Amino acid sequence: MSPRRIVIRNRSAEANLFARRTFIAFVGVVLVLLILFANIYNLQVESFEKYQTRSNSNRIKLLPVAPNRGLIYDRNGVLLADNKPVYSLEVIAEDVDDIKASIAQVSLLLNISADRQTKFFKSMKRKRRFKPVELHSRLSDQQVALFSVNQHKYPGIFVNARLKRYYPFADLTTHTLGYVARINRKDLNKLEQSGQSENYAATYAIGRLGIERYYENMLHGTIGHQEVEVNNQGRVIRTLNYTPPIPGKDLTLTLDIELQMIAKRALSGKRGAVVAMDPRTGGILAMYSNPSYDGNLFVHGISTKNYKKLLESKDLPLINRSVQSGYPPASTVKPFLALTGLEENVITPSTTINDPGWYQLAGLPNKYRDWKPWGHGIVNLSKAIEQSCNIYFYDLAFKLGITKISNMMQRFGFGERTGLDIHGESKGIMPSVAWKRARYNQPWYTGETLSVGIGQSFWTVTPLQLTQALTTLVNHGERKIPHLLKANTELIIESNGNTYHKIIPANYEPPAPLVLKQEKNWDLVLNAMHNTVQKFGATAYKPFKGTTYDASGKTGSAQVARIKQDEKYDAKTTSENKRDNAMFIAFAPFDNPEIVIAVAIENVAKGGGATNAAPVARQIMDQYFGDRVITSQASTMTYQIPAAIAMLPQEAD
Amino acid sequence: MRRNRQEQQKNHSFAQRLHIDIPLLLGILSLLALGLFLVYSAGGQETAVVYRKARSIGVALVGMFVVAQIPPLVYRKWAVPVFVLGLLLLISVLLFGHVGKGAQRWLDLGFIKFQPSEIMKLIVPIMIAWFVSQENLPVKISTVMLAFILVLLPTLLIAKQPDLGTSLLIASSGIFVIFLAGASWRLIVFCLGLASAFAPILWFFLMKGYQKQRVMTFLNPEKDPLGSGYHIIQSKIAIGSGGIDGKGWLQGTQSQLEFLPERHTDFIFSVFSEEFGLIGVAALLGVYLFVVMRGLWIAVNAQHAFTKLLAGSLTLTFFVYVFVNIGMVSGLLPVVGVPLPLVSYGGTSMVTLMLGFGILMAISTHRRIHV
Repeated sequence: MSPRRIVIRNRSAEANLFARRTFIAFVGVVLVLLILFANIYNLQVESFEKYQTRSNSNRIKLLPVAPNRGLIYDRNGVLLADNKPVYSLEVIAEDVDDIKASIAQVSLLLNISADRQTKFFKSMKRKRRFKPVELHSRLSDQQVALFSVNQHKYPGIFVNARLKRYYPFADLTTHTLGYVARINRKDLNKLEQSGQSENYAATYAIGRLGIERYYENMLHGTIGHQEVEVNNQGRVIRTLNYTPPIPGKDLTLTLDIELQMIAKRALSGKRGAVVAMDPRTGGILAMYSNPSYDGNLFVHGISTKNYKKLLESKDLPLINRSVQSGYPPASTVKPFLALTGLEENVITPSTTINDPGWYQLAGLPNKYRDWKPWGHGIVNLSKAIEQSCNIYFYDLAFKLGITKISNMMQRFGFGERTGLDIHGESKGIMPSVAWKRARYNQPWYTGETLSVGIGQSFWTVTPLQLTQALTTLVNHGERKIPHLLKANTELIIESNGNTYHKIIPANYEPPAPLVLKQEKNWDLVLNAMHNTVQKFGATAYKPFKGTTYDASGKTGSAQVARIKQDEKYDAKTTSENKRDNAMFIAFAPFDNPEIVIAVAIENVAKGGGATNAAPVARQIMDQYFGDRVITSQASTMTYQIPAAIAMLPQEAD
Repeated sequence: MRRNRQEQQKNHSFAQRLHIDIPLLLGILSLLALGLFLVYSAGGQETAVVYRKARSIGVALVGMFVVAQIPPLVYRKWAVPVFVLGLLLLISVLLFGHVGKGAQRWLDLGFIKFQPSEIMKLIVPIMIAWFVSQENLPVKISTVMLAFILVLLPTLLIAKQPDLGTSLLIASSGIFVIFLAGASWRLIVFCLGLASAFAPILWFFLMKGYQKQRVMTFLNPEKDPLGSGYHIIQSKIAIGSGGIDGKGWLQGTQSQLEFLPERHTDFIFSVFSEEFGLIGVAALLGVYLFVVMRGLWIAVNAQHAFTKLLAGSLTLTFFVYVFVNIGMVSGLLPVVGVPLPLVSYGGTSMVTLMLGFGILMAISTHRRIHV
């Protein structure tokens, strides 16, 4: 195939062949172009909306903006839960010329530890250069002031303020308010399930306990959004749109922080709880459990050491005793039992028994003792309550039987949650034949009925249940739901742009009233409670001596440990956690009561309800009524007992 | 009328004397100008990028002009030695080549670094056109077989670098010559069958992992949207969101906010489609069609079998650039590194293309001269 070989070429045939092939190639080119164009047409016209959406979702990001949490006030407008700015020092690396030198200078100026600096440089490496990195998370006011004066020297370094929850009364309100804490995995799952996770996208903390948890939905508010354009690195190029967040609703509670303070002072050094409530509404005026703890610790994330201390404390500060602890009600339930007796026609106001100091069931060896070794002699209903005569109530309980007692007590709410607006409430125990069968798979013994007659045996109540039951009693059967929320404040935005706050009172549907067959039975029992406080020599006379607001009440002293037949209880020789609990319930004034109180104090060293628990109630009532002088229309001596058996003043239970 | 024609004749002859084909030049210049605007938009609106592009356009235009002055039949004389030299350079690239971006493509001669594979884009069609035009057309089967071997040698050497895009372009430039030379249809069908039989061997023995990955990604880009599928997905979003009339020059969010990768090089068509829409795409495809038509017209009107074949091959290879690039950025073809001809930023391939156009102009303007 030498290039020099002469080929006789048929030029026109070659040209024709080439032209044909070129034409075929040209047709191929046009076809390919049509395919390309058809494909682009499909992308740009047929699928335009799909790709436009994807293009926008590439570049447009919604940055969530957290709403401000609603504030919480007491009934008089005292702020109980605040949002306080916490200042952090942050650095945007790309805006700082000489990062090492600047950080060193600022650290020297504000006295920032080397630890924090090392941590800063570590986290700086992990973040993009245009994102802020924290150098200090909680600057003091002085540090903020000092930096603000020198800020112009440090471009790229700035102070950022974030709102964090703050409880100015600390441990005084923790058991009722609860607290907020950092959102954890469990919270996230719950939010996801309720479809709320989007609303919490920017939120740092969530109500973990008490009011903060129960009214989380009201307090949280609605998230806002900043619509921004970002590039492929996520850097914000510009803001396109801004939807402001809607702040959470402010809450006003029924609590009176001053009563709360009195309660804390009265309980100091004791383990116990007090609940004070307005029987006209069910609004809780004071609810304090001692010892308490500072909810602020949890807002910033409590240290393991501090948490362990709270968890392992013998005094169980984490427990809200007002609603979570079941105490044997002891003699405080005697008025309710008396009412049951009257209602069931087992006794009349003038029925009397003879109290020799003990009670024995026919054919049984066990002796049930009175708190007074030699007995109260002849006792009628009023005296039985005034003197807290056990024998009278053993007999009454025996005659009623457990079922009638249990049924009536359930109507007062014993053994049921009251419906208070914080979670974690205990039901207590209202024993019955069915309950014992279910719980222990055992029959009910009559001896246990006698113990129930003096508020012992399996019977436990929370202080809150006692206030609720007492409320029903003083209201002649009209029941109330105990609650802490009085009203919430909503920010209303009118169509013309004006805003104002609208106060929306909380509304509680009352449960069906407790209707007695004989309406006068209410007063019979209430009068006896009045006597218990007002009558010289009655069990609660001493602690309320000199008060002017016409209080009524009932003491109680509960055995915690079982005492053997012939053993004598002596607090001094009994170990601390087995000593008696002191109980007390009270209301005032006698006519048209405004406040009902229940007090429980654990393992008292000496005395019973009158000496330990009643003074707590008195201090709260003293504060509540101030200088008001109230006298009742009703006589304190409606049912006189024979003078011959009137008792001398005693230290009673 | 007459005066007009005279003037036309005069103009024509002036261009002829300079060996410039005016219609082809107009098509090329409009593509180059579009390239400048797009590189400015895609390159973060930096004028420095535009200057660099303009400089290589200048170099390329000069190169084209110089090449156009060379009578085309000169290439015929030098075809064999240059082809042999080219093969030697390709072998030396594999042996001592400079590694850049994971592939061995560059040869460092101390004073200059260049890619022998780029020059082969011109040498291979020259060589094959010379080889098949030794005899009367249509080509015999034996010639076709030998021609195939001549094409396969550089193709495999370049594929080994690895540079799939260039080896594809070189293979097609040779195959176009054979096709235009009248290889029998039976043979063409047979070869297509052979090629499809060869595909599994290619897949299992010759293709590298990343090349297989590209094919897999092409078949299902949404499988790994943030990894291997990212390029093609973002490109389709850019094109699709352009709609009929586009987002406007400098307004393409996919490119301006840097979601689109390789914006000013391989994916510049996506920038164009996003900013100028379907109307712009139709116009651009129209310009490419015009350039291809002009090139084929030159080929048909060339006077020698060698120049016909060379002009036809160069033109059709130019179109392969267009097809592969647009096909790959719009999801029709797997991603192989082929730029959008004359528009993409990147000097080397543009200079080669312009030298090719220089040869076309030489064929167009030297055709009355007999050698």
